[in-house]
Amino acid sequence: MAFKRHERVQFSKIYSLSCLRPSRSDEHGQIGQKGYSRVVYCNDPDNLEAVRYRGNYVSTTKYTAVNFIPKSLFEQFRRVANIYFLVVACVSFSPLAPFQASSILFPLLFVIGATMAKEGVEDWRRRKQDIKANNRKIHVYKDHSFSERKWKDLRVGDLVKVYKDEYFPADLLLLSSSYPDGICYVETMNLDGETNLKLKHAFDFTASLQDDDSFQQFKAVVKCEDPNEDLYSFVGNLCHNNNQHPLSLQQFLLRDSKLRNTEYVYGVVIFTGHDTKVMQNATDPPSKRSKIERRMDKIIYVLFSTLISISFIGSIFFGIRTNRDLNHGSYQRWYLEPSRTTALYDPKRPGLAAFLHFLTGLMLYGYLIPISLYVSIEMVKVLQSIFINQDLDMYHEETNRPARARTSNLNEELGQVDTILSDKTGTLTCNSMEFVKCSIAGVSYGRGLTEVELALAKRKNVDQLDDANTSNVSDGQTVKSRKSIKGFNFWDERIMDGQWVNEPNSDSIQKFFRVLAICHTAIPEVNKDTGELSYEAESPDEAAFVIAAKEVGFEFFQRTQTHISLHECENGKKIDRSYELLDMIEFSSARKRMSVIIRNAENQLLLLCKGADSVMFDKLSKQSQPLEDQTKNHINKYAEAGLRTLVIAYRPLDEVEYKTWHDEFLAAKTSVSVDRDSLVDAAAEKIERDLILLGSTAVEDKLQKGVPECIEKLSNAGIKIWVLTGDKMETAINIGYACRLLAQGMKQIVITLDSPDIKALEKQTDRDAIAKASRESIRKQLEEGRSQLDSPKNKSSSVLFALIIDGRSLTFALEKNLEGLFLDVATDCSSVICCRSSPKQKALVTKMVKEGTRKTTLAIGDGANDVGMLQEADIGVGISGAEGMQAVMASDFAIAQFRFLERLLLVHGHWCYRRIAMMIRYFFYKNITFGFTLFWFEAHASFSGQPAYNDWYMSFYNVFFTSLPVIALGVFDQDVSARLCLKYPRLYQEGVQNILFNWPRILGWMFNGVLSSMIIFFICKNSTIHQAFRDDGHVIDYEILGVLMYTCVVWAVNCQMALSINYFTWIQHFFIWGSIFFWYVFLVIYGYLKPEWSTTAYRVFVEACAPSPFYWMTTFLVVASTLLPYFMYRAFQTRFHPMYHDEILRRRSEGGEVETSQTTPAELPDRVKDKMDHLSERMKHSHREI
Amino acid sequence: MNNQAVTNGIGSSRSTRRISKKPQYSRFTQQELPAWKPILTPGWVIASILAIAFLFIPIGLFSLFASKRVVEIVYRYDQDCLPEMYRGNATAYIKNSDANKTCIENITVPKRMDPPIYVYYQLDYFYQNHRRYVKSRGDKQLRSVGYEFLTKECEPEARVNKSKISSPIVPCGLIAWSLFNDTYNLTLREKVLNINKKGIAWKSDTEDKFGSQVYPKNFQLGQDMIGGGKLNEKIPLSEQEDLIVWMRTAALPTFRKLYGKINTSLEAHDIITVALQNNYNTYSFGGQKKLVLSTTGWIDGKNDFLGIAYLMVGGICLFMALNFILLYVFKPRPLGDPSYLSWNRKAAN
Repeated sequence: MAFKRHERVQFSKIYSLSCLRPSRSDEHGQIGQKGYSRVVYCNDPDNLEAVRYRGNYVSTTKYTAVNFIPKSLFEQFRRVANIYFLVVACVSFSPLAPFQASSILFPLLFVIGATMAKEGVEDWRRRKQDIKANNRKIHVYKDHSFSERKWKDLRVGDLVKVYKDEYFPADLLLLSSSYPDGICYVETMNLDGETNLKLKHAFDFTASLQDDDSFQQFKAVVKCEDPNEDLYSFVGNLCHNNNQHPLSLQQFLLRDSKLRNTEYVYGVVIFTGHDTKVMQNATDPPSKRSKIERRMDKIIYVLFSTLISISFIGSIFFGIRTNRDLNHGSYQRWYLEPSRTTALYDPKRPGLAAFLHFLTGLMLYGYLIPISLYVSIEMVKVLQSIFINQDLDMYHEETNRPARARTSNLNEELGQVDTILSDKTGTLTCNSMEFVKCSIAGVSYGRGLTEVELALAKRKNVDQLDDANTSNVSDGQTVKSRKSIKGFNFWDERIMDGQWVNEPNSDSIQKFFRVLAICHTAIPEVNKDTGELSYEAESPDEAAFVIAAKEVGFEFFQRTQTHISLHECENGKKIDRSYELLDMIEFSSARKRMSVIIRNAENQLLLLCKGADSVMFDKLSKQSQPLEDQTKNHINKYAEAGLRTLVIAYRPLDEVEYKTWHDEFLAAKTSVSVDRDSLVDAAAEKIERDLILLGSTAVEDKLQKGVPECIEKLSNAGIKIWVLTGDKMETAINIGYACRLLAQGMKQIVITLDSPDIKALEKQTDRDAIAKASRESIRKQLEEGRSQLDSPKNKSSSVLFALIIDGRSLTFALEKNLEGLFLDVATDCSSVICCRSSPKQKALVTKMVKEGTRKTTLAIGDGANDVGMLQEADIGVGISGAEGMQAVMASDFAIAQFRFLERLLLVHGHWCYRRIAMMIRYFFYKNITFGFTLFWFEAHASFSGQPAYNDWYMSFYNVFFTSLPVIALGVFDQDVSARLCLKYPRLYQEGVQNILFNWPRILGWMFNGVLSSMIIFFICKNSTIHQAFRDDGHVIDYEILGVLMYTCVVWAVNCQMALSINYFTWIQHFFIWGSIFFWYVFLVIYGYLKPEWSTTAYRVFVEACAPSPFYWMTTFLVVASTLLPYFMYRAFQTRFHPMYHDEILRRRSEGGEVETSQTTPAELPDRVKDKMDHLSERMKHSHREI
Repeated sequence: MNNQAVTNGIGSSRSTRRISKKPQYSRFTQQELPAWKPILTPGWVIASILAIAFLFIPIGLFSLFASKRVVEIVYRYDQDCLPEMYRGNATAYIKNSDANKTCIENITVPKRMDPPIYVYYQLDYFYQNHRRYVKSRGDKQLRSVGYEFLTKECEPEARVNKSKISSPIVPCGLIAWSLFNDTYNLTLREKVLNINKKGIAWKSDTEDKFGSQVYPKNFQLGQDMIGGGKLNEKIPLSEQEDLIVWMRTAALPTFRKLYGKINTSLEAHDIITVALQNNYNTYSFGGQKKLVLSTTGWIDGKNDFLGIAYLMVGGICLFMALNFILLYVFKPRPLGDPSYLSWNRKAAN
């Protein structure tokens, strides 16, 4: 064995608190009963029981090879429009159909096929990932040795060996590890996003199974619960040598978590494949649909009702006309032979004929429903997502992360965001804590200026800063020249470089940093190559403390189960000191503090404690009194500067006291009862008292780059920003100033329960009374806020308001009866900050905003605690930062930095919204234009159901002649360039107010469609009515009128497209003019097929249309006249009621804007740099080739 | 040993993870393709509608003028050719095969007409575009003899029972069955005006759609109802041009079809005597029948609509252009001010 065995340590003792937590016994009683029936025979591969359970093969695909066709077809026909087309296709085989069945089946098959192909490709990708996961290797015990096997071949009951940094292939029962006491560290980032290591602990009797050979005789039976999705419980028994041992999560290793800091572990497979907890948890996140799409459904219903009503009108007229064919016993239109007809045209039964005609009409006017709309939109959105993913301006160099659109169906929703709900830590800030200041024995150290302080200074217009700080400005050079250390931004010549010994209170300083170096749960890791020391800590705060201690000269370098060792500098010499670790009282959010009890080299017993100021000041001894005020003063200053503070204290213990307390504490820890936690807390309370204050720390969570500018831009765009944070109110307010969420001159409405009367009430224990009083207080404060907002003075002076509310108040404000008032006040404020809010409250607030305002909400966050919020909001944006992937996994879009949100919303959101809105509008326009020409023709064919066009012209309409330009519009159109989008953030309001897709505009386009169809039909009809249409005297017939009208339709809708976009790249040109050209190509080719195939199109273009001047003149006239109404409308609109982008475009055209980016390199350095890179890259290549 | 393998594996996987995910720069992915970005500036608006106006008005004038030059004689005869005694019951007259259908009328030429002069018949309220009617033909049967039994589409004019054997009708279907059968004989100054009936059908029809080996068969044997004209069973379908013309169904209920061509010129005030056989039944559905003589002009037949429409559209454009010019001259907009916006105004208040 390569690694050292010297670590024969009993970690379990330190961590006994968590390891010995007994599982609840009541559940163990159920083993063997329903829901708890799983039996696993460990290390018994021949046992038939193992076969009963599923293998470890995992498939996350939606389809299999067998069910792909039926299942994906089923998915397709869940859409109303597709069902309609299917029914039409079926009916088209009957004589009811106005056209050939094949011509209606073809577009349907094309559309369905395209969508299914897309599904198939997506599923294939998933399958490839599965294959990768299933074929990973794992060491399995077989025939007395461990050999490699694939993950998918793993069976329940197998013994496996997992090495460091490997993933667990299935849910395992931990038997033993490389540590003699059977502990191991596990990283569960893939499961819950937490990056800190979790400790697992095997039973003592299995922990001794230390090498491969010891498993020969090992046999055991596990009886446990059936597979379920609860990650935080496991109920089971291990039966070994006729002894029953209750199992808990402590022995349970979850699939997809990773083994860390442990060379290897042995385990038994309990759950495999889809039975594992992580797979049981893998439910698809609720799929979100954009508002536009929901409205689109409504428009489809409008079109359906149009379809039904025009069919109905048609069938009434048809019925009347058919009825008239039989006039007093004689037949009128004898050439139709009404006497020998089918039910379809029978004048004796006009009612039935009308009804059957109604069905025919439903098929004939089906072109009103855009069959290819859904598939086009899906394709467009996928392409839009690619643009988002490929955007260089949203690529973060440091973390090597581009933006990622995880779902493509919310792209256009990005352009409609009304409210952003943002997490603070890790989202607005970097979540890399830096130790910047500390207060020791009443003296404040640390000269770095925080961003918040700079913002504060700006706000107060104070030029002369604090004395201590001004000196920093001049010394800035030295600060910069120092090697930057992650997590450490502390600079003070009084402390650094060992100078602290010369300070008057050097004793306190020494103790202070010792506490920082000892009182934590971090684990040191030495990089084998460089010998550098790094720390694995539960939170970045803690890491910052240990690093700070190390930099000052108290370097924590080793942790064993009983000792913590430091390199300490004393009198310029480096000496090693070791502290015996006796007890650890963990941090919890309820206790808000953590303590360790140590014995130092001088045999002194010490309790070292660090905790939040709110709890720590109550626990101080009398002798700390003089320091207390000064320290409190400093803490307030730090909080104002946006720093996170902790109070550091210690207490010497005497042997006797410790002994009695230790017994009590141990008893509490090992007790098996419901109130165990409170017993432990009570015991801890007894020893954590009379503490001697040392000072306080101040840690800065740096704002991310560009956050203030981004927030300013977003609020200029009219987006409301709510910050939901767990921070203290003061910190939150100051961060608010730093990131320009709050501005000078803004009035703050603060809602809090920290008023004296509520506090007085809280001393009592009557919960109902407290709740009632709190509720009243909140109501009063909210009403006050309301009246402030409404007061005429404030209204006239256009003062902006900010609402700040804390978590406890939020609990009451979110109750049913106050919610309305709260929302009302909050929406009138330009910014809202909710402090001290829990993950659940975040989700609740999001839900309230979403449902209360009915506007689009976007939630952005980075941690597991934001998941609820992200899923609740209309759009969830995950920051792929330090805190694991949980938020990203739950998000719809992932970006690396908050500042990219600006580009994501203002540029991509705006464009996507505009593109999709225009695309859908245009889709309806083109189909209405086409569908109504059929209707007008119908009216001239006595409503008999004869289509005006050849069957194949019609079925290719949506597929070839009009589809590509719309897709080009949906993918490439830009109203204004990205730079102008960012320069004029107000443009974004077009999406928020939905002015491109409101009902008047949609109906306007529909009306335009009807108008176009009328112009097309009536001009075509009248200009060619019955005169010679060529100079050889031939007249127009059914075939030629069809071609003429169809030509006009193709020209009109494509030119309408060209008119309504104002961004032409070669792609647009190619698609628009190409579509028109293709129509002629199609007509020629189709016309040259044999007459059986081409029927009415036989040589129609070459022989009849092309030589006729009438044909071309009519086309020209029709195209110009169909475009004129819209052109005039736009001309008047841009003149009298311009839209915002019209204004910007006008400015651009009048020279107000310089369009080329090269002339303003300062504004777009990244862009220019990339271009230069690109160019130089090409230069290099060409050189090489030479 | 195993350890070694595992650490190696992890090492390599880590190094692959460092591969940059930076998107490649290209003008396409960054949406920076060179683009033409036209805007609706006042200048553009005025220029483009003026351009349309100045293009359309001349075209309109030209085609109106061309249309006016075309001489067209339209003569409705369905009422004139109805004998007095049948005025109340036209249907009975037309169905009576014994009644004399010949009718002689005079028409005056208003202006000189240069050859070729086209002779058309025009029917009104005749729905050749009715779905039942349009479909009722056997295209394959028309083309080749082998398919003469393909008469499915032609019901009820598909088969006749000849001595209890079902025999196909060629050409089958309602269209052929209802063939127009009025005939016109024109005389000018006692001389017969020769109407050339060759080359009145589309070339593609005579060559490819109607077979030269297909002869009419069982046509118009008429069990219950007599349809329209009869066909000479000696002449192949490809040479029956009247039938071919008739079988190209019209698009609209009012239509003209080519009857023949006259290759002599007619002088103004010439009086043409028309001897016509009024055989075709339009009386039962109230349709009209007209005889049309027309020349063709620069752009074909006589139709004022196109010219007028061009003139109107051009006129509208000119009118709008003038309006716009006046607007911009008298009420110029200040340079685009972004605050000039509905919601901004609201916010400012």
